[in-house]
Amino acid sequence: MDLSTINPLVLIASLMVAATPILLAALGELVVEKAGVLNLGVEGMMITGAICGFAIAVETQSPALGFLAAMAGAALLSLIFGVLTQILLANQVATGLALTLFGLGLSALLGQGYNGLKPPPTGKLDLGPLGDVPVLGKVLFSHDMIVYVSLALVVAVWAMLRYTRLGLILRAVGENHDAAHALGYKVVRIRLAAITFGGACAGLGGAYLSLVRVPQWTDGMTAGAGWIALAIVVFASWKPGRALLGAYLFGGVTVLQLNLQAAGLAVPVQYLSMSPYLITILVLVIMSADRGRAALSAPACLGRVFHASS
Amino acid sequence: MKFGSILAGVALALGLGGAALAQDKVKVGFVYVGPINDGGWSQHHHESALKMKEHFGDKIDFVFQESVPEGADAERTMTQMALSGADLIFTTSFGYMDPTINVAAKFPDVKFEHATGYKTADNVSVYSARFYEGRAITGFLAGKMTKSNKIGYIASFPIPEVIRGINSTYIHAKKANPDVQLSVIWINTWFDPAKEADATQALLDQGVDVVLAHTDSTAPLAVLEKAGGYGFGQAADMAEYAPAPRISSIIDEWAPYYIDRVQAVIDGTWESVNTWHGIKEGMVGIGEFSEVIPEQVRIEAESLKEAISAGDYHPFTGPLKKQDGTDWLAEGEVADDGTLAGMNFYVEGVTGDIPQ
Repeated sequence: MDLSTINPLVLIASLMVAATPILLAALGELVVEKAGVLNLGVEGMMITGAICGFAIAVETQSPALGFLAAMAGAALLSLIFGVLTQILLANQVATGLALTLFGLGLSALLGQGYNGLKPPPTGKLDLGPLGDVPVLGKVLFSHDMIVYVSLALVVAVWAMLRYTRLGLILRAVGENHDAAHALGYKVVRIRLAAITFGGACAGLGGAYLSLVRVPQWTDGMTAGAGWIALAIVVFASWKPGRALLGAYLFGGVTVLQLNLQAAGLAVPVQYLSMSPYLITILVLVIMSADRGRAALSAPACLGRVFHASS
Repeated sequence: MKFGSILAGVALALGLGGAALAQDKVKVGFVYVGPINDGGWSQHHHESALKMKEHFGDKIDFVFQESVPEGADAERTMTQMALSGADLIFTTSFGYMDPTINVAAKFPDVKFEHATGYKTADNVSVYSARFYEGRAITGFLAGKMTKSNKIGYIASFPIPEVIRGINSTYIHAKKANPDVQLSVIWINTWFDPAKEADATQALLDQGVDVVLAHTDSTAPLAVLEKAGGYGFGQAADMAEYAPAPRISSIIDEWAPYYIDRVQAVIDGTWESVNTWHGIKEGMVGIGEFSEVIPEQVRIEAESLKEAISAGDYHPFTGPLKKQDGTDWLAEGEVADDGTLAGMNFYVEGVTGDIPQ
């Protein structure tokens, strides 16, 4: 075993890439849950985004259009969930699960004929001399556009929730939809907007997988990333900064286990493969041990059906 | 029990109804582990099957099922094929071994051909290619082409076929370049492009610059194309990644075998056999050496291929030791097929453990 072959700086750069899809999806879901809606369809929206983005990028040879199409496609799918749960008042848990299964099937159908194709390359963002800065250059300034978009989104979501009127309204709807309604806020419309935003983020995360990280299309390629994103939202106790931490932690363990294998660490592969999931569970247990705080940070109306008459 | 008898009844009815119609037409079925457009293993089996279908034209019926998971689903799929009147079923993944044997026992009149396995029965043949001969050549090229002296290997499952490939790769990379180091990553799947891509990236992060894969997709090559480094086509030529990162490939040529075996069923001469062919018989093809390989190295690789093909050189020729330092083959001694078929140890110099 030779751990010195693992360069921590390179590791950080790789984990940022590995974590970006789940970070994007988690941020979207965080906003949705802050508005009081529990959408378990993240996986389905991600994979739909992955194929929409891939197909459009291949057809137009433009990754940028691909990413836009991914956001549009997944947002459209999330609107199905929105209409069912907000207007027709369907059960959110059941509808969300159905959305995941539907998304997996739909993406496999849309993806017929796109297996084995090569997407147009997504260029790295040229930050000029910044990329040549020793140490930091490789870690921070050598990525593609979407990595920076995801980081900017963390800051934007945090600032929006904390400092803006919009954030206040969103939180009000999530904490007590009846009171928000009494104040004259359009609860259903606000929630639909949040759900659409969540869908777009998940779609962007999915397209990052199919256009940058792999880059290729295959059925079921998100392989559970959507579920991890859901766990990270709880892990982060609905705070964007902690969502970043959670996503990078998860991405880090995933990348580290492959690196440890390549370095010849004598730990059975199966333990390494499950370690990211184990750590996620462990952190969730530790978090929820502090009952009062976990309960406080969850939006009070999370998952509850709203109707103006009630 | 009741369900079983209903099934049998349905089978009988189907069989009686279908027999009159399809008596003179041989029905051939294929079961694939991945999608038929995975760009590698399954796609290549399918293309070979299509060549076979083209050869026979209307004389046979051809059915296939793609993306069949190894395990209970495989057994269901094969049963379904047998029930619907297939005379010959090709099951094209190692993990189909036990399902094939189980289903074959239930349908003694249906013939089965299992790829890369080792269990046979009266109506089950096995066929495989000596991929390790191709691995000798790609390993040699990897040793010559690496600048960092580090090469990486993405391995699927710890089965003899994969371990043979790793050993053959290492032995010949070492011959080409005595300083070479081999890192192996096990990902426990034949087909998961995201995992294959991540594993490739992890190897590159550790200074590896030539990556060999024993998985089914083109994801490793896609990553290498983006990040730099060399790789090889696996199972299919993967020429869309030539001349770099794909510098050569191991191609599985199944079509002649498929034509042979279907002909045997048509003629009524089919027997259970154990086929293990290599470069000589044409079952293992070596893809064109790309122009990024220096001319001298190309010539050496070509002569290595010739020597293996002519039978002058066996990739497992002594002196060779096992990983733990015990003697395996003496000077000039050649490994026998039995040992190779059940190979469960690394040769000396390969680091890491085989997961159990």
